[in-house]
Amino acid sequence: MARFFTEDIAKSPRIEKLKDNLFAKKPEVEVERAVLLTESYKNTEGMPMITRRAKAFRNILENLPITIREHELVVGSATKSSRSCQIFPEFSFSWIEDEFDTLETRSADPFVLSEESKKALGEVFKYWKGKTTSELATSYMKPETIDAISHNVFTPGNYFYNGIGHVTADYGKVLEIGFDGIIKQAKAERAAIDETKGNATEKRVFLDAVIESCEAVITFAQRYSRLAYEMADKCTDAVRREELKTIGKICSRVPQFGAESFYEACQSFWFVQLLIQTESNGHSISPGRFDVYMYPYFKKDFKNGKITREFAQELIDCVWIKLNDFTKIRDALSAEGFAGYSLFQNLIAGGQDKNGIDITNDLSFMCINASLHTMLPQPSLSVRVWNKTPHEFLMKAGELTRTGIGLPAYYNDEVIIPALISRGLTLEDAREYNIIGCVEPQKAGKTDGWHDAAFFNMCRPLELVFSNGVDEGKQISIETGDIAKMTTFDEFYDAYKAQTEYMISLMVDADNAIDLAHAQRCPLPFLSSMIEDCIGRGKSVQEGGAVYNFTGPQGFGVANMADALFAIKKLVFEERKFTLPELKEALKNNFGKGADSKNLEEVVVGVVKGLAEKGVTVSKEQIEQICKNIQGNTSGAGGRDAEILKMIEGVPKFGNDICEVDSFARDVAYTYTKPIEKYKNPRGGIYHAGLYPVSANVPLGAQTGATPDGRFAKTPVADGVSPAAGRDVNGPTAAANSVAKLDHFIASNGTLFNMKFHPSALKGTSGLESFVALIRGYFDQKGSHMQFNVVSRETLQDAQKNPEKYKGLVVRVAGYSALFTTLSKSLQDDIINRTEQKGF
Amino acid sequence: MNNDYLNTKGRIFDIQRFSVHDGPGVRTIIFLKGCFLRCKWCCNPESQNFDIETMTIDGKEKVIGRDVTVSEIMEEIEKDRIYYRRSGGGVTLSGGESLRQPEFAAALLRACKEKGINTALESTGCASFEKIEKLLPYLDLYLMDIKHTNSEKHRQFTTQPNELILENAKKIAEKANQLIIRVPVIPTFNDTEAEIRDIARFAKTLKNVDELHLLPYHRLGEDKYEGLGRNYEMHGIDLISDEHIQKLKAVVEAEGLKCQIGG
Repeated sequence: MARFFTEDIAKSPRIEKLKDNLFAKKPEVEVERAVLLTESYKNTEGMPMITRRAKAFRNILENLPITIREHELVVGSATKSSRSCQIFPEFSFSWIEDEFDTLETRSADPFVLSEESKKALGEVFKYWKGKTTSELATSYMKPETIDAISHNVFTPGNYFYNGIGHVTADYGKVLEIGFDGIIKQAKAERAAIDETKGNATEKRVFLDAVIESCEAVITFAQRYSRLAYEMADKCTDAVRREELKTIGKICSRVPQFGAESFYEACQSFWFVQLLIQTESNGHSISPGRFDVYMYPYFKKDFKNGKITREFAQELIDCVWIKLNDFTKIRDALSAEGFAGYSLFQNLIAGGQDKNGIDITNDLSFMCINASLHTMLPQPSLSVRVWNKTPHEFLMKAGELTRTGIGLPAYYNDEVIIPALISRGLTLEDAREYNIIGCVEPQKAGKTDGWHDAAFFNMCRPLELVFSNGVDEGKQISIETGDIAKMTTFDEFYDAYKAQTEYMISLMVDADNAIDLAHAQRCPLPFLSSMIEDCIGRGKSVQEGGAVYNFTGPQGFGVANMADALFAIKKLVFEERKFTLPELKEALKNNFGKGADSKNLEEVVVGVVKGLAEKGVTVSKEQIEQICKNIQGNTSGAGGRDAEILKMIEGVPKFGNDICEVDSFARDVAYTYTKPIEKYKNPRGGIYHAGLYPVSANVPLGAQTGATPDGRFAKTPVADGVSPAAGRDVNGPTAAANSVAKLDHFIASNGTLFNMKFHPSALKGTSGLESFVALIRGYFDQKGSHMQFNVVSRETLQDAQKNPEKYKGLVVRVAGYSALFTTLSKSLQDDIINRTEQKGF
Repeated sequence: MNNDYLNTKGRIFDIQRFSVHDGPGVRTIIFLKGCFLRCKWCCNPESQNFDIETMTIDGKEKVIGRDVTVSEIMEEIEKDRIYYRRSGGGVTLSGGESLRQPEFAAALLRACKEKGINTALESTGCASFEKIEKLLPYLDLYLMDIKHTNSEKHRQFTTQPNELILENAKKIAEKANQLIIRVPVIPTFNDTEAEIRDIARFAKTLKNVDELHLLPYHRLGEDKYEGLGRNYEMHGIDLISDEHIQKLKAVVEAEGLKCQIGG
């Protein structure tokens, strides 16, 4: 007899209706939160920051408009309209003002913003000048750091302009004891404060803020309870009236008290999930091990005959819908980097408990069912895999993968657990890890991981080697010497390492500056109520209250740099086919391709403007002549450049299971992952590297010149640890073997391996079996993460041409899935161009 | 132990990893060059001639065929060992026809078994049984084509009569670890219910055989004929509908055999 209920469970007709409502309108910017926050801030000038945060949170939750949407069973919304956003001016605001008029028309993640709202926000923003975290962070940074950021060597933009997020609160604790229980704990801690200690005052003020925040949350739920009863009174449909009464009853109990039923647990979970994202706009608020902390409630109700599988599934499906009902606005460049309105709410199923026993249960399967039912990008569903993961669970997960939705992502316990232990987690905590955001592992309820600390473009230090530290005419980095004088590969490689290490030191300065700014200007008392050991230590997560504190900045472009440095080693130093100055020239000329049209336009516009400023008017014919001249210049040395490119293309590439190249790639990855380990953050934790790009490999690739691996200027950089697009030609096992040869343990903030499959490869039971074997095989070789897009190239190309036909087409972008048609054209192209693996 | 067999040389034209259609699990397919038959529908026409030749693909000339030793191929094969283990897969020799290079095929299969790797062979069985017999000790699964029971029609479409093949099938069935019969279902050649029934009935008489695979005709090889400067005689024939292949499957099952569509 099967241990698990593996069948699909019928989908309620309610789910499709909820989904239709979700997409009925364009996302909007709503302003109430910003207004209420500012109102409170004005009234609390001079108080401790943590107190001001709590009071502002209370003002928001007491007055934010509340809405119960049609057909909902699980309620609570931060916005009146679906998929809309609130504004968080305490982190940054000037970019919103700058982009007021383009928000609606921009290519990535557009939002509707009414004239009325613009006015209200304009009013609010007046207050915030000089008071944001981003302004304080900037003032903490070294001038060199600010230069490096503005020259796009790395970008800490995520936390520079937004809340931190990237956390999993202790949902289980709220389900068990409710906020009443947490308030009791805080009060007990307050009563027991040792007044002889220096932190006694700080602790008291912090605990008061925690208590006030938790009370505000209870108030918010009570408002929903009253609204549900009021709506029930007016409701003419008898069935819906009963539903509303039930909602009213449930919201009167949770999250104030511990949940007594599976339904209450679902509602309690959702309030927590929603309100963490109302307190701060940090994204990647990851629900984590839903199948673990929700299971006791399901098991009890199911055993006692109080709930059917069908209704439990319907509730989970409703939670999944809610996870898509809220979004966040980002500046135009970040929106491209995190495209798809994504909130990266990573929810993980399967894996082991603290004692090393597999915990896969019926809810793990129901999580997969819920994604099959809703077919939406949120939650970012993940699956933990280890040697004892039941085969039937992976087969079920494979069914979801086969739909092409890009979910779930697969994670390897056998790598992640030891990697976390090496960073100081206890064995028990490491075994209970979940994933944050894209691919970043941590222990829930105990960690402030700062997982997405910065994007570090590994290609840029190589450009700085060629330019001896100069970028666009400015010395932004150290001098590593004239390349013309370098006589050995080691000398050149050392220069690359030195440029990388210097830039890493500036990145750390940026991150630590931002870290301090958040601690001082935006401590979060509500989140801190659910992260151990904030209450015990009497300080917020942002001030180092968590048990585990990390900073995890991620590098990308490993494959490009491996291929580039390998080509230089072979062609310049071993075979002496061309010299470094020749290569430099070829890179400058984009391998004889000349300036691309975008580049050309920029240059020509610059020239014409310059002339115009000097009073010279330019005719159309003259402009054409200028264009010709520029093109002529950049492709003049075309012959030699093209030869160099051809030689580079002939050198073996990473991703094809060629031992020599892959071992070299492993070493190249160390140039980023190793130097980072020595740094510390202000919260008392350490730095550790990740190797994944979210989707920043596209916009940041657009700021990168041609690279010696044969990559053209401005084209995307390789994503994550995956081979460079289109260069792995020996099939999926070869690509997987190559990627597994990198050291995934040291990149303990996560690595990301993307593979795109043609649907034919996963056809039938035997297709799925082979797919599961591929994952198992990659994981046996100590790869950390794997994710898949299963759509045909033709489908994607057609979707690009006819977006209206493919509104629901979900693809895996990087550590998350998004609606394909909402992505920018360049990101769409990147996904289309990733090598498509076929089963033969 | 004498390891000279690892130096046996042979001629291959391709190695394909992560194959999921030719035998159980994830497999690496080694395509040996040279074949005794010239099937008109063959989707690998570059496999037929033993000589190394050039084929034009997407406007570029590509040399088809290279000589390798068993140990060189084993290096490629072992790269995916972990996936064989996880899926119950292994190595499949295909072609061409491995029996065209019997010493090489035997040495390659032996090397796999020495390394504990599951082996399969896709073969027409069109060679003297002495040659076949030498492979059988190293072979876990023999995937044997029976294309037609009528010898004359067989000759018309493949250039060879079928008597030797059918005779060998009986002997292989006696001695092989496992034998599965495969039928490429080709319109205008063998796609009627009667023709498939005859093949199924023959298969049923073979000792220990209980499974038959129907491989529906596809046109993926057509461009290669042009690339080799050869005429594709099957040009313009229809593909087989799903409905029809299901009917044929039912015919096979009615004879008491398990039937799978596709490899």
